Amino acid sequence: MQIFNFKQPLNFMRLKWAAIILSSIMLIASVASISIKGINWGLDFTGGTVIEAGFAQPADLPAVRQTLAVAGYSDAVVQLFGTSRDVLIRIPLREDIEQATLGDEVMAILNQNNANGVTMRRIEFVGPSVGEELKQDGGLAMLVALIGILLYVTMRFEWRLSVGAVISLAHDAIITMGLFSILGLEFDLTVLAAILALIGYSINDTIVVFDRIRESFRKLRDTSVTETINDAITSTLNRTVITSLTTVLVLIVLFYMGGALIHGFATALLFGVAIGTYSSIYVASSVAEILGISREDMLPPPPIEKEGENTEALL
Amino acid sequence: MLNKNPLWRYLLVIGVLLLALVYALPNLYPEDPALNISATRGGVVSEQARAELERSFDQANISAKSVVLEEGQVLARFNTTEDQLQAREIAAEKLGANYVTALNLAPATPAWLNAIGASPMKLGLDLRGGVHFLMAVDMKAALNKNLNDMEETFRADLREDRVRYRNIQADLAKGYVTITMRSAEDVAAAQAALKKRDRELVFSPGAEEFSFNTSISELRLKEIQEYALEQNITIIRNRVNEIGVAEPIVQRQGADRIVVQLPGVQDTAKAKEILGATATLEFRLVDTDADLAAALEGRIPPGTELFYSRDGRPVLLEKKIMLTGEHITGASSSFDEYSRPQVSIKLDAKGGNKLSESTRTAIGRRMASVFIEYKPSEELDEKGNPILVKNQEVINDATIQARLGRDFRITGIDSPGEAQNLATLLRAGALLAPIQIIEERTIGPSLGKENIQLGTTAIMWGMVTVLIFMVIYYKAFGLVANLALVANLVLIVGVMSMIPGATLTLPGMAGIVLTVGMAVDANVLIFERIREELADGRSVQQAIHHGYDRAFATITDSNITTLLVALILFGIGTGPVKGFAVTLAIGILTSIFTAVVGTRLLVNLFWGGRRVQSLPI
Repeated sequence: MQIFNFKQPLNFMRLKWAAIILSSIMLIASVASISIKGINWGLDFTGGTVIEAGFAQPADLPAVRQTLAVAGYSDAVVQLFGTSRDVLIRIPLREDIEQATLGDEVMAILNQNNANGVTMRRIEFVGPSVGEELKQDGGLAMLVALIGILLYVTMRFEWRLSVGAVISLAHDAIITMGLFSILGLEFDLTVLAAILALIGYSINDTIVVFDRIRESFRKLRDTSVTETINDAITSTLNRTVITSLTTVLVLIVLFYMGGALIHGFATALLFGVAIGTYSSIYVASSVAEILGISREDMLPPPPIEKEGENTEALL
Repeated sequence: MLNKNPLWRYLLVIGVLLLALVYALPNLYPEDPALNISATRGGVVSEQARAELERSFDQANISAKSVVLEEGQVLARFNTTEDQLQAREIAAEKLGANYVTALNLAPATPAWLNAIGASPMKLGLDLRGGVHFLMAVDMKAALNKNLNDMEETFRADLREDRVRYRNIQADLAKGYVTITMRSAEDVAAAQAALKKRDRELVFSPGAEEFSFNTSISELRLKEIQEYALEQNITIIRNRVNEIGVAEPIVQRQGADRIVVQLPGVQDTAKAKEILGATATLEFRLVDTDADLAAALEGRIPPGTELFYSRDGRPVLLEKKIMLTGEHITGASSSFDEYSRPQVSIKLDAKGGNKLSESTRTAIGRRMASVFIEYKPSEELDEKGNPILVKNQEVINDATIQARLGRDFRITGIDSPGEAQNLATLLRAGALLAPIQIIEERTIGPSLGKENIQLGTTAIMWGMVTVLIFMVIYYKAFGLVANLALVANLVLIVGVMSMIPGATLTLPGMAGIVLTVGMAVDANVLIFERIREELADGRSVQQAIHHGYDRAFATITDSNITTLLVALILFGIGTGPVKGFAVTLAIGILTSIFTAVVGTRLLVNLFWGGRRVQSLPI
């Protein structure tokens, strides 16, 4: 069995500009949404208290809200979490309450008003400074990862490909975050981990295509740059699609069976894998082509001085 | 002929897989409810105590699976949780206050696996329940304390050298001590006198005439902060031990953070109370000569400070601290000859000498014990952290009857309960700098169990889906890839169990699921190559050979970059991100191994080195 079986290379690069326009629109929409609407930062980043309480019977949310409002927590967000018996309560940071003991207090209040007993499933309190640091660390991790990739790909391949790879990775990360912003999904620590994993996945994909581009340049002597890139993408297309497919399959399993805590992670990666697959086919190679990659850049042995110059010019 | 493997390569792969399998095995065994009994303050449980415990369990009709003494601790395993709880009460009753009994889950790993050091993966708190605290140490307070000490030391030093000064004042906000002299010569003399005792002091000109600012070097500043953090970690560790938790974690994180993890703890309020009590004790001399009435009006004599006792009585104490709580090594509450509550205190050698020296000339004077507590207030600083309020009160003052040494008593305490409370706090040690909880995560045990179950089912079904897909798509070669996938999972679990620092968390489990999905990538790359080679008209053996060869370069390149990402995540990330990075990195390495080395062997075994017309791919 085989999904694709092409006799001739498909002309992917014909859609180069269409892809670039599409990506630009998605990027602009993401950045606009992130800056206007903002990101629905989860507790890990904003600080505050989250309490997950397990009720013996399906929970009466209005009653829980009422109880909490009476006790002075009218700004608490109460919602179901996973099942109808699990309730998630979020209380934002407030100056007038001691957050560190809040979880125990709320549990006591809930227990007073429920004869059947409410069990504590999870209490998380995060101080404001921790969240701020986390945002910085997360941003830093992404930045360092991108720079590391930039250096490695420049060293192993060529600087134009390296720029293409990094642009396509940043593209994936920004658009995935943009989607979270547009849909108003909660961005917590597991989503951050997912985006970082996405960078790992997407670079993997991109390198496979690059590797083939390099090989095709050496093998096909009488073809244009565009044709060579088309050939490389076509011959790796099967692999690209199958790997994405198996990854998406397990992510769907994870989304439905991994539990509520993993939802954000699975959502981010499901979307990220799709966008990452698209970007490693279109964005990375298109950028490299526009930057003017040529056969000479890929032929062994590369003139060492010239490559050194290029690296310096970039950095 | 192509595609034949030497025997040693088979042996190598089989050996690696067997090793991983053996080390992965302990994860399959269930856990026994157990009791962990240890002696407080680093003591050791004797064999006699162990035998006694075993006897008392027998008497109460609790059948213990085993009661063993290991590394100075007793581990008793039981069949049921009821037995375990009942046994805890018996043990606590039998052994008394010098022992700590902690509930534990001990892996029921067979002896032969234990003997080779195989143990199950460590589970994160999100998988087994418990509390996680992140605490911040208030470095500013530690430095302020140091500045105040400097102020006092300078006074004494200059007096001793007979250098007359006009004023010595610590500026806490700016972080230096300002010394004002009468003339330029005095400035030089004072600086020389101070420099003689401490070469690392840094002087800078002061705002006023004949004044200079004195601060300590950056290096020393760092040392003080390091020391404060280390001291706090030690103390928190002691306090955690008092709570009685099996396998607690107290770790430093960054420059001023401490992570505390207490698996299995549910009563967070109590844990917080014990951990968060940032108290310290100081002993100071009472200044009885000074005019208390004037001091109350604001004219506090230099060298003294105004304090209040519990009942609101003002007391003037000397600024000089005779002794601080850090030297206390033991404290216990009891009753004196008149049945009044008292606290007996033991000091370390340095503290003993210090107190002995300072009480030598103070017999007949009154010595006050000051209890200092730091509590977070309602107000927040610019960073949004609650500002700590220093609460200090004189808990008692007594006349020094004789020169005090390493053992002494504090009397005049109101109730036995208070004496006990004070003793506990003193015993746990005094924190050099106050700490506050800036993050708390409590996971209930039922949620932990649920998380494990959800994670395991997700891994299983994810695996099954991929296995089915691969067989449909690649036929017999799909089976080969599937064997590699299963081997990959065994390897991940085995390696995770072998690495001492690796902890499995919920995101880590997600990482494993993701690896399962991504691990097929290497196989897909190879198989697609083989198909291409076949389509190009190469012979079967050539196709296998070139397929593996060509794919190998791509696999290494693409995986090294992913590994790079995983390592960066591990280096920068904390908590769940780190847990995820560990599984991702391990997964990448094992999947390269199984795909490149493992499947090659199988492919060669079935189709290599002989005449084959076509490949089932």
